[in-house]
Amino acid sequence: MSSENMRIEPAPEVGFFDKIFPRQVQPSGLIGWLTTIDHKRIGILYLVTALFWFLVGGLEAIMIRIQLHKPEYQDFVSAETYNQLFTMHGTTMIFLVIMPLAVAFFNYIMPLQIGARDVAFPRMNAFSYWMFFFGSVLINISWLFGEAPNMSWVGYSPLTNSTYTPGHSGDFWVVGLQILGVSSIVGALNFITTIVNMRAPGMTFMRMPVFTWMTLITALLVILAFPAITICLVELMFDRLFHTNFFEASAGGLPILWQHLFWVFGHPEVYILILPPMGMVSEILPVFSRKPLFGYPLIVGSGAAIGFMGFTVWTHHMFTSGMGNIATAAFALTTMAIAVPTGVKIFNWIGTLYKGQLVMSVPMLFALGFIYQFMMGGFSGLMHANAVHDLQQHDSYFVVAHFHYVLIGGALFGTFAGIYYWFPKVTGKMLSESRGKAMFWFLFIGFNLTFFPMHWLGLNGMPRRIYTYAARNDWGDLNLLCSCGAILMAIAVIIFYIDLFMTAKAGKACGPDPWDGRTVEWTIPSPPPVYNFKETPLVHSLDDFWYKKYPESAHIDEHDDEESPYYDEESSMHPSDHVDHGHHHDEHGIHMPGGSWFPLIAAFGFALGGFGIIMNDPTGGYSAEYLAEYDVPALTMLVHRFKFALVGGLIGVLGVFAWSMEPIGGYNIHFDDEDEKAGTEAVKESKKASKKAAKEAAKVEPAATEPAKEEAKSEDAEASEDKADEKEADKESDSEKKEEE
Amino acid sequence: MASHAGHLIENPHEIGSTGLPHRKILMWLFLASDCMFFGALISTYLIYRGRSVSGPTPEEIFDIPLTSTSSFVLLMSSYLMVLALAAVERGDIGKFRIYCLGTAFFGSIFLGFQVYEFSHFYHAGLTLQGSLFGSSFFVLTGTHGCHVAIGVLWLLTLFFYSFTGGVTQKRALDTEIAGLYWHFVDIVWIVIFVAVYLLEYII
Repeated sequence: MSSENMRIEPAPEVGFFDKIFPRQVQPSGLIGWLTTIDHKRIGILYLVTALFWFLVGGLEAIMIRIQLHKPEYQDFVSAETYNQLFTMHGTTMIFLVIMPLAVAFFNYIMPLQIGARDVAFPRMNAFSYWMFFFGSVLINISWLFGEAPNMSWVGYSPLTNSTYTPGHSGDFWVVGLQILGVSSIVGALNFITTIVNMRAPGMTFMRMPVFTWMTLITALLVILAFPAITICLVELMFDRLFHTNFFEASAGGLPILWQHLFWVFGHPEVYILILPPMGMVSEILPVFSRKPLFGYPLIVGSGAAIGFMGFTVWTHHMFTSGMGNIATAAFALTTMAIAVPTGVKIFNWIGTLYKGQLVMSVPMLFALGFIYQFMMGGFSGLMHANAVHDLQQHDSYFVVAHFHYVLIGGALFGTFAGIYYWFPKVTGKMLSESRGKAMFWFLFIGFNLTFFPMHWLGLNGMPRRIYTYAARNDWGDLNLLCSCGAILMAIAVIIFYIDLFMTAKAGKACGPDPWDGRTVEWTIPSPPPVYNFKETPLVHSLDDFWYKKYPESAHIDEHDDEESPYYDEESSMHPSDHVDHGHHHDEHGIHMPGGSWFPLIAAFGFALGGFGIIMNDPTGGYSAEYLAEYDVPALTMLVHRFKFALVGGLIGVLGVFAWSMEPIGGYNIHFDDEDEKAGTEAVKESKKASKKAAKEAAKVEPAATEPAKEEAKSEDAEASEDKADEKEADKESDSEKKEEE
Repeated sequence: MASHAGHLIENPHEIGSTGLPHRKILMWLFLASDCMFFGALISTYLIYRGRSVSGPTPEEIFDIPLTSTSSFVLLMSSYLMVLALAAVERGDIGKFRIYCLGTAFFGSIFLGFQVYEFSHFYHAGLTLQGSLFGSSFFVLTGTHGCHVAIGVLWLLTLFFYSFTGGVTQKRALDTEIAGLYWHFVDIVWIVIFVAVYLLEYII
């Protein structure tokens, strides 16, 4: 894709708001990042922000492990600080790390996998990032006020009401989570619309890559599960601010309602965290086994089943709350049942590995680690499904071991697999294999060393959320082991960040398809140009790119079976698949929307409003004497109490208004080399890719020699292409600016 | 429904793989999410029904004829919304203005009734803090009221937008989406009216 032939033509500016906050045409530098609505840049912002909070959450974890490394150790942090540490560790890792890491991939990879130019609503996408950004900052600046939330990430009432959690710490948590919830819901609405409505021609639902499928299911879970937590947070906020009675037992309120509403969200949330990494692993295993995913329809179907059943198991978090035998038995059954689709997935992954030509690269190592550790977490989860057994384990370190096996061993390992797998696509550079392997082994050994002993600790009776323990309990040795494991994990994480920085500085450049991939995101250059696809790809089967590269392997993979997703026949396409999707490369060129300030302004306004709610002054700024003497009307009082919240809300609403009135703006990209017809480019790219892949594969895997014959391609053409790619690997904005002249 | 026929859409780029415009799918998805918001609130209300330890009770303060009137007005606003959409799809912007303003006006009447009802209940002793019934009632109906208020602002925006040439036959989708939201808010009120008000006289 040679960028010399590209012409850029800004669209005329129109409209009132353009005069104040003009839409940005190809902004560069900081303004470029602040106003960006490009899904790829937003994905990178998500990734970077989440990796920052990962360090913060990790630091909190290390402090927890230092505190617990020996019995009766009280010199490191106080009990109060310890409460803040485990609360913020949980909140950070779930809402600010694992979820946004997945969202980073939804943003960056999903549109590429379905052959789209961007998500359906680019500005909304930016808005959801900025809401996430400000929400995460809002929760964490509580540390600066010395009022970090300290009532655990589940925030059980009545512990969280204003009597037992006075001050602002509870408000930081309640308001921060609401803002993060808005961010998640808005983002999810966008992803579903994108997947449902912006698939490339020929990409039927059963030809979608598994990661895209899991994005779809996760996003559906988000829009249906997050309202429950938002409502219970709103109710709690009203309890805290206005002394309503939602969770006030003396007025008839039911604290257990909090638990129900929270876990109606909380259990689907577990699948929101794990389904995206499952999707990543389902992408990675076939590529590194060099054979198609075993049982694609079953993997997709069990993903959907997990998503649906995820709403039917929430009270297994509450077996000790005394719901009665019938409810307990019913939810124990549904909990055991949800293990079935999960097991189906695991067997399908093993089936994918079976007789594959395994390439033990870093993403594959993490994917294999994922399968093993997620399975361990699943087994201990099944033990919890037994309600009788659960009574013994509830709130013990056994539970801590279980969910860390699922969330670190599962979700985080899967996400690291995804990072190592797609990093070349995002940056055009390969992360180091040797550092990656070192990181994997440190993390794998460190993780199992930290969390496996916790199973025994839990069964020996060590409760969660205690800041120290008596020596006579004899938990000291195992806890020391756990703390040593945590150090190894910290080393792994340090290696990872070093690897990121060193690769950014001087990484090995890679072509568009370094892993010999199967899906369409590998057909375009790495990093992808701002418009992603010059021509919207035409998809003929699942793993379309693979069968374009290796048409001879098609018959082996049951292409003539009509039931198979690999089945390729023009007539099997839905009529609307042939509809021009708009982003067509016609005489107007490719239209790219301009950057916008308003998502940032609106998100800032709402976050400021949230901050105003947290920092509300119940006296409304009036002195006690004044209040004693005069009667301030309730409404005036309310306005004074929430003046900053109102200002923030107003900024937010105005931002949204201006946003909706904003002109389309943007610019058109023209390609002058019109002789390059649709398809030829894809074939050229793919040939080049398969050649690279062949080289790569030949290094590690002598069996993969079929693509070698593709090398007939002329060397010159490739050299010039490489040059163009490198150029594009430079800062996009720079090269584009040049062309504007 | 006619509006996703190609000729009524200004920007054909907005039609996706399903043949539906992106924004319409977005609105339906949002409404699905909003169902869960109201579901959680109505559940809270129903779970707490009859658990208040202090008065006043719903039977003591509800005025069914009054609330029925305001409900009727809100439902009729949905009818006007349908007429407004039909008008803009015909390209009759003059009629659109009348019906759109009418819808917003009926919505405002409903809001006025709610303000009256809230202050009446407040003076009858039902407060946000006073009882569980007060807490769950005001938060549920208040959330619905906020939805109506947002809808009224939205309709007024469309109304004023029509004078700048922003509302045209080709952009009927804008009105259709506002209509989807408006109808949803009305339907939710039917559920709330039954679950909160009428239920007291049934069970």
